[in-house]
Amino acid sequence: MAANRKKAVELEGLEKCPTGISGLDEITGGGLPQGRPTLVVGSAGSGKTLMSMEFLINGATRFNEPGVFVAFEETAEELSKNVASLGFDVRALVAKKKLAVDYVYIERSEIEETGEYDLEGLFVRLDHAIRSVGAKRVVLDTIEVLFAGLPNPAILRAELRRLFRWLKSRGVTAVITGERGDHSLTRYGLEEYVADCVILLDHRVTDQLSTRRLRVVKYRGSAHGTNEYPFLIDEHGMSILPITSLGLAHAVSTEKVPTGIAQLDRMFDGGGYYRGSSVLVSGTAGTGKTSLAAFFADAACRGGKRCLYFAFEESEGQIVRNMRSIGLDLAKWTRKGLLKVHSSRPEMQGLERHLVEMHKLIGDFKPQAVIVDPITNLIKVGGRLEVTSMLTRLVDYLKTEKITSLSTSLVTDGGGADAAGGVSSLMDTWINLEDILTNGVRNRGIMIMKSRGMGHSNQVREFKLTDRGVVIADADGRMKGK
Amino acid sequence: MKGTATEKPLRGAGKRPAKKRAAKKEKEKLWELRLYVAGQTPKSLAAFANLKAICEEHLQGSYAIEVVDLLVNPQLAKGDQIIAIPTLVRKLPVPIRKIIGDLSNTQRVLVGLDLRPLQ
Repeated sequence: MAANRKKAVELEGLEKCPTGISGLDEITGGGLPQGRPTLVVGSAGSGKTLMSMEFLINGATRFNEPGVFVAFEETAEELSKNVASLGFDVRALVAKKKLAVDYVYIERSEIEETGEYDLEGLFVRLDHAIRSVGAKRVVLDTIEVLFAGLPNPAILRAELRRLFRWLKSRGVTAVITGERGDHSLTRYGLEEYVADCVILLDHRVTDQLSTRRLRVVKYRGSAHGTNEYPFLIDEHGMSILPITSLGLAHAVSTEKVPTGIAQLDRMFDGGGYYRGSSVLVSGTAGTGKTSLAAFFADAACRGGKRCLYFAFEESEGQIVRNMRSIGLDLAKWTRKGLLKVHSSRPEMQGLERHLVEMHKLIGDFKPQAVIVDPITNLIKVGGRLEVTSMLTRLVDYLKTEKITSLSTSLVTDGGGADAAGGVSSLMDTWINLEDILTNGVRNRGIMIMKSRGMGHSNQVREFKLTDRGVVIADADGRMKGK
Repeated sequence: MKGTATEKPLRGAGKRPAKKRAAKKEKEKLWELRLYVAGQTPKSLAAFANLKAICEEHLQGSYAIEVVDLLVNPQLAKGDQIIAIPTLVRKLPVPIRKIIGDLSNTQRVLVGLDLRPLQ
């Protein structure tokens, strides 16, 4: 313990080199270790090249730190084409002397080894490239190719050690990529040489859906997030979702937002849901969950607030048509730009991708209300544990942003009332809708299971969907309650 | 690129044993060799001395050695994809062959240059 503390003191003030990759700088507390090499490990197609290229491009365009990309696998031409699809213009940066790309090609069959040698040629090339642009950042992608290309691993290892020492002495922040190995972290044990910071990229396929994840395995002299963070690669490059434990420190509001149904507001001590709270509406099929959600959306828009509707079952047109049948015109809100419906099939992409996408949409649209209809459909794409953790993150995020959220949850027969991936405990308010069969008539019943921090009705009331909207009948007196 | 390379003769370098008549007669058999070094390190000097000896023995009169010092001309490393030092590149006859190391293993140099089949 004492030794740890001493070490921490010694390394205090470790300078960070910002990557500019959204999310990564948050996880690492500012970026990669300045002037030291960082190892990025991942299997084929995990995004190593892209991440390192983005690191260089951001350095060149945003932080005024020119960079050198030493490509062992792709030619400069191929590389610039490949990353052009992500909006990076390598050629322009090369022309402006902000970036140098050197393609190192090595073919074992063309090389005959006769006696002692070293890798001074590589050093010379690297040095030349660094000087030509005044580079502060260097990427070696993937230096392991040398192991396949050169016959003598003993020389290579000694030279790699020298290379990393040399890079440190040049004061450049280097990213070295490495292929994931079976028994060790990297196939050729590069982690032995690059010990300051190791980032692991992972690409997993579960139930035919792939998720990319990033983890900071090690960061000498700095605190860092230790979790696995999902990340996306899209047309704007890489984005990581730093779902650090947001804690439970979000500010709470006593302001209430209407539910859209006057009688329901009354059931909640008159007023509705708390602003920034999370609401769960559960019920079996056909009990009116979506209708309740739509009324909430309508009420938010009526109050001039923006509402984002994530629909995992119906298209926008279908929702609008269906809600018109109960006297709700949602189309006018979409026209006004207050309501945005985002329809997608849960199976279309992995759970993490959904989460990242939802974050992005929420960040762009900045709604005051969010509807997830139904949240249970997401269970289809992930295991129960994953879904719960994802929903926790989402709910946390929404609470931090003071966005009122309403999620619907389909309860299947025998599934119990808590089938929503075990999220009901996360939710502040839980409304249950159920069918009540009496004398050959099916009625819908509504009850409030819980509502944190406010008094609420304990009655089961009848919930009627009419062409003029929702009517909640008062209790018929058989049950006592307020 | 040829010609831009600085021919920085190492110790003992210099004479090009190219008898005009022989060169003309066997023009297609001219061996063009380029040795990449980085400064006058012991390995580089050894490589040059070894190369010279092998050429004198096997290619007398029909070879040209060009020494490229990458410390002087670092930009030349890219063209022939030089990583290891010293590297000997056989430019002619084609195909291009690369031999790395100080050329102390004569047998392997001969194999690498295609002067002798592997035994």
